[in-house]
Amino acid sequence: MNVTDMLWTLLKVFIVVNVLMIHVAYVVYFERKVIGHMQARLGPMRVGWHGLLQPIADGIKLFFKEDIIPSQSDRPIFYIAPIIGLVAVLSSLAVIPLWEGFSIANLNIGILYILALSSVGAYSIILAGWASNSKYSFLGGLRSSAQVISYEIAMGLSLVGVMMLAGSANLTDIVKAQSEGWFLWYQPVACLIFVMSAMAETNRAPFDLPEAESELVAGYFTEYSSMRFGLFFMAEYAGMFIMSALGTICFLGGWSGPDFGIFAHVPKVVWLLLKIYGCIFFYFWIRATLPRYRYDQLMALGWKVFIPLALANIVVTGVIKLWK
Amino acid sequence: MTAPQVFFSYFAAMITGLSLLVVTRKNPVHSVLWMLLLFVHIAGLYLFLNAEFLAAIQIIIYAGAILVLFLFVIMLLNLRKEETEKRFQRQWPLGLGIGVVLMMFLVPVLGNISVVPPLGPYSVDAIKSEGHIMTVGKVLYTEFLLPFEIASVILLVAIVGAVVLAKRRLE
Repeated sequence: MNVTDMLWTLLKVFIVVNVLMIHVAYVVYFERKVIGHMQARLGPMRVGWHGLLQPIADGIKLFFKEDIIPSQSDRPIFYIAPIIGLVAVLSSLAVIPLWEGFSIANLNIGILYILALSSVGAYSIILAGWASNSKYSFLGGLRSSAQVISYEIAMGLSLVGVMMLAGSANLTDIVKAQSEGWFLWYQPVACLIFVMSAMAETNRAPFDLPEAESELVAGYFTEYSSMRFGLFFMAEYAGMFIMSALGTICFLGGWSGPDFGIFAHVPKVVWLLLKIYGCIFFYFWIRATLPRYRYDQLMALGWKVFIPLALANIVVTGVIKLWK
Repeated sequence: MTAPQVFFSYFAAMITGLSLLVVTRKNPVHSVLWMLLLFVHIAGLYLFLNAEFLAAIQIIIYAGAILVLFLFVIMLLNLRKEETEKRFQRQWPLGLGIGVVLMMFLVPVLGNISVVPPLGPYSVDAIKSEGHIMTVGKVLYTEFLLPFEIASVILLVAIVGAVVLAKRRLE
């Protein structure tokens, strides 16, 4: 690898990360609008036309707020926890193929890489909960660590079916293997488990127990303020974006789209983004529809339903693959 | 120094330094965090040896599951007393002295031995051509099927044991 290649990669990283951050800001706006309309409200309307500048206003506000640090907290860990979270999420972006032949790193272990980083991301929540030295934060952190570990297993097992069908863990190869039909149709059970586990992984409703506001104030980030809170916020929404991208690539055919007539001229990345935003809309739809789970129900669902179901799915997929 | 030597020295030095940090920190949670960094460096060493599957598994299993459980247990135990007590027994300088003397003998002896490993079918090029996951999978499920199955049965026994211990009352 020479210097030009390195600079070129750095430029790609810079562009992709910045584009993602803009998307993340507007995913928040999208959520507020969608939830607003589902609850017969208008959502943000004041800043700019139909509130379009709201994310920028929010960002500026967070940036200039006072940074409060609890006096009894463990400072180095308190500082580093939100950074771990955001770095883990942004690093997973490296293996996502945006269109044919474009991903920052085309790894053979693409799926495993994303799973590894999502497990590193769990540290940010646990450490934030512990370092804040507050009961609410600590309970939120403990809940989250148990939840993330449990659902990571189910998520990994549900993706094994996809890897078996594609014969590879490389995300580009997985998209190419879906040229005949989306894996959604071949792996419906795995897809269902993946969607649920992704919601639990990113701490989204109805599995948002680590930050259940009615019992834990705000869970693990109760003691955080200003931009440190902003980092958690960005990590959560970027995590949703990455999980939607992974789901799109593994089950919805990635960047592929109709290639007849006028559709053939549409850039492939547009199809990918449309599918990702479809998945994100689904997240919001679920949030607006379902109430929060109870904690023991959540753990029972993960261990007693999803993991056995995912294992059975692997066996069935294997048998069918041998049959053919 | 060539590039591989620079990489290896970096990882070796970091792994040694981080291990020292793990055993010397007073706060157990800080120890676990240095250990997390240590695991990441070990994964880097695997990547350096073209074993990308092992590197990913190292992070997923060790950093993502085992270490989180460590952290979980340490946070639930109240270890305030541990933090104020002395970290080591009184005789640690003696142990360090013996270690250094042993090292002084071992380094020249081991430096003179050159081991030429027998070259098997899994050379770097062979692994690169079909991917590390594929190679590991094939070997694990054909050549080493029996040891693999035995290992999984042992793990299953451990799980059953844990469930039995955790259950208060067995009908």
